[in-house]
Amino acid sequence: MTEMVYGTIPVGSGDPVLPRWWRTVDKWTLSCILALFGIGLLLGLAASPPLAAKNGFEPFHYVQRQAFFGSVAIAVLFITSMMSPILVRRLAVLGFLAAFIALAGLPFLGTDFGKGAVRWYSLGFASVQPSEFLKPGFIVVAAWFMAASQEIGGPPGKTYSLVLTVVIVLMLAMQPDFGQSALVLFGWGVMYFVAGAPIILLVGLGAIVIFGGTVAYSNSEHFARRIDGFLNPDVDPTTQLGYATNAIREGGFFGVGVGEGQVKWSLPDAHTDFIIAVAAEEYGLICVLAIIALYATIVVRSLMRLMKERDPFIRLAGTGLACIVGVQAMINMGVAVRLLPAKGMTLPFVSYGGSSVIASGIAVGMLLAFTRSRPQGQIGDILLRRGRV
Amino acid sequence: MIRTPLRPLARILKAREQGQNPDAIEAENKRLRHEDDRDRSRLQAESRLLVMGVAFFCAFLVIGARMGMLAGSVPEEPTAQASGSPIIGQRADIVDRNGRVLATNLDTHSLYAQIPDMIDPAKAARELAAIFPELEEDELLEDFTGSRRFLWVRREISPEQMQAVHDIGDPGLLFGPREMRLYPNGSVAAHILGGATYGREGVNSAEVIGVAGVEKFFDDALRDPSRGGAPLELSLDLTVQAASERVLHGGMMLMQAKGASSVLMDVHTGEIISMVSLPDFDPNDRPRVLTAADNATDQSDSPLFNRAVQGVYELGSVFKIFTVAQAIELGLINAGTMIDTQGPLQWGRFRIRDFHDYGAQLSATDVIVKSSNIGTARIAMMIGGERQRDFLGQLGLLEETQVEMVEAPTGDPLLPPNWSEISTMTISYGHGLSSSPVHLAAAYSSLLNGGTRVEPTLLRQDGPQNGPRIVSEQVSAVSRDMLRAVVTEGTASFGDVEGYEVGGKTGTADKPRPTGGYYDDRTIATFASVFPADDPRYVLIVTLDEPSVEALGEQRRTAGWTAVPVAAEMTRRVAPLLGMRPDVETATPTGVTLTSN
Repeated sequence: MTEMVYGTIPVGSGDPVLPRWWRTVDKWTLSCILALFGIGLLLGLAASPPLAAKNGFEPFHYVQRQAFFGSVAIAVLFITSMMSPILVRRLAVLGFLAAFIALAGLPFLGTDFGKGAVRWYSLGFASVQPSEFLKPGFIVVAAWFMAASQEIGGPPGKTYSLVLTVVIVLMLAMQPDFGQSALVLFGWGVMYFVAGAPIILLVGLGAIVIFGGTVAYSNSEHFARRIDGFLNPDVDPTTQLGYATNAIREGGFFGVGVGEGQVKWSLPDAHTDFIIAVAAEEYGLICVLAIIALYATIVVRSLMRLMKERDPFIRLAGTGLACIVGVQAMINMGVAVRLLPAKGMTLPFVSYGGSSVIASGIAVGMLLAFTRSRPQGQIGDILLRRGRV
Repeated sequence: MIRTPLRPLARILKAREQGQNPDAIEAENKRLRHEDDRDRSRLQAESRLLVMGVAFFCAFLVIGARMGMLAGSVPEEPTAQASGSPIIGQRADIVDRNGRVLATNLDTHSLYAQIPDMIDPAKAARELAAIFPELEEDELLEDFTGSRRFLWVRREISPEQMQAVHDIGDPGLLFGPREMRLYPNGSVAAHILGGATYGREGVNSAEVIGVAGVEKFFDDALRDPSRGGAPLELSLDLTVQAASERVLHGGMMLMQAKGASSVLMDVHTGEIISMVSLPDFDPNDRPRVLTAADNATDQSDSPLFNRAVQGVYELGSVFKIFTVAQAIELGLINAGTMIDTQGPLQWGRFRIRDFHDYGAQLSATDVIVKSSNIGTARIAMMIGGERQRDFLGQLGLLEETQVEMVEAPTGDPLLPPNWSEISTMTISYGHGLSSSPVHLAAAYSSLLNGGTRVEPTLLRQDGPQNGPRIVSEQVSAVSRDMLRAVVTEGTASFGDVEGYEVGGKTGTADKPRPTGGYYDDRTIATFASVFPADDPRYVLIVTLDEPSVEALGEQRRTAGWTAVPVAAEMTRRVAPLLGMRPDVETATPTGVTLTSN
């Protein structure tokens, strides 16, 4: 009776952690993530030997490193997904502060590895990209602000989170790293949408974008040429995009065969930004569709589970995390098939890169922690409101 | 929306009366309102999450579909160059006024290598080097075994070479169809046609783009698929052009000139029937542009230089007819007016002389016939600088011609910085103002065709231009008579061609030194002629650069001894080709009776 009146008793601390975790975690999402890690290693075997040969390492040097980082990432993922949302939030806020300070320190202490943008800290054996770690922390902090604003007498959290977003976007844009800043902005956007953005604002924004785009297209020749060039079905076959497109075509439905691909020798970013092209060439459309299905499952399933979530913070943070992972994958693959303009962005879990893999591990670990099934007070509804929602 | 107030007064008062804490009511109401808010935002979030889930699903679906479309399409062959828009290989022919081909296309092939497909690079390199002696086996092998995937081996190959490469049998060696621009007449009309080269290249076709002359001027039109390959009809006559070139070349050799040009123009239509500039070149194998490495101070030394259009020279006494014609048109003089020719004419610190002393006075006709600088200068002073400039402007001598060649704007006349009185006097006899032979041809045509302006053109015309009137019919006729008199009794006596009644005016101009002043022994000799003089049909300008011929024991550099005989020979050869019947007095057979039975 007490339970019925006051909701489910909080789970006692004596309850074993692992069985509870296994019972409540989203096993489908977890399997998809592990499958993606596996595919990433498999593709690394194909895509990274040319780079290793170029840099004078043994052929599978980068695969070994990726396996190491992947193990770390999986460990982090498991640990994070076992935490309670409150703990996740606390650690994420601390992590966000650390990453934010690291990001602010980049112009003074960072290196650019000769690529023209200062995004990394060099640690000797490895390099760290703070913006990768900033993203999940930022999502949690922004979600916390927004959730707080929904309390009566709470702080104006939406404004705070917007200010924070703008600051981070500006910092990233100054590196310059427009891909990450767009991702951060997008993450904030979806959370604001779910947190109840006024419908008038959404319609207005859409109208402005369409109107502005039309005006720019008809008035600015430069802009029009960019768009026409993008819509043009022909692509210069000597650019990265051209190689990627041709690789997908070469691969066909079943691929040219393991290790038979050619594109990895021509593409400098075959192991990161264009790994999907390597996958398409060697393993064919089958493999690519499998990868797409895995990402779609992770995102859609997480969003469906979050629909039932009653805690605004968990709902918002989970939405943000699922969306940035999904959108990052979407942009990466969209560029390779020329649905989107060229933008360097890694494929989460699959692309080579220590920071990227571990940060993705943290992000989905948090996502799993947020999407674990927990009591949602349905019984209280039934009793107190006689089934009304 | 009606909200429950947090502190409903009725309940608070009641609670106070009963001694309860009213804050509990507020807390309870607050909790209820909070739960309401949460439920509302949860329901909203639920629908929005559903929207997002569907959106993500659709986006992934689109990417998958696009991947499928790409995977199902045929891979492109890589090319060496970017191609944004489809390459159109066709290029229209260029023909002369009678439809004879001046420029056309020949199907040929290019040879390229898809290196990943090559089976035996060493053998291929060895055999290619044997087929193409200009290729090095080592370099080919290096290219075939390096990191390249694609290589153009040769731009154009002959059918025999194609067969030989085919016989190597390597699947990595492939042929791309090409159209090659061919000028079947070789160097005939080389400067007018210009030349063509390859633009963007793909494996299936390559653009042929014009690099000079009408090929470049009409590049867009020639490549425009909407014209359906209709040939470009020029005003040139191929046989006349070839004959002119041959005569001019012979004349240039004979007169030891370093360059020569000729322009033959229809006086009524402005059509350029032939235009020659020597030395010339073969547009099939166009020489490269002179660079600093060639120690060339001047592009005009290059065979690519079109003297007739680009070469602006002080053309000398050929201008005198403009001065006299204008003075007659203005009513200042008539053909018989006596002009003071006492020399030398002193003007400030300048002194104007004649080639010979012609005595105190000459009639206006004789000023032209004997080519008196002093007499012309005096007539020019009557006209005045402003009217002179306007008149020359009407004749088109002060601005670039509109002839349809990319080189035309570079033939911009050189004008004196200020049109002073001394400029007026020197320009009246063709010094101090530089223009090209085409300018002169158009101006002579305008003056002599009855007095209406014609613009020079390289496109075939259907009728006379009927431009604005410049001088009256009478003045035009008087001018023709004067020019005819120059040939019959004046400086151009070598210019007469029996039966064609040639009229013309000679001009010998000292060449200006680059350092200032004039050379004593270098001249530009020009003969501007018109035939037949009583009813003009064609104007022929012949210009020789630095001619020199020994005659009667003297070194002759004047036009009368150099340009005039060349022009006469050209007229003799060309006029019949133009379909003109020589107007010889038919010898009436005396003492012969036509009988018939």
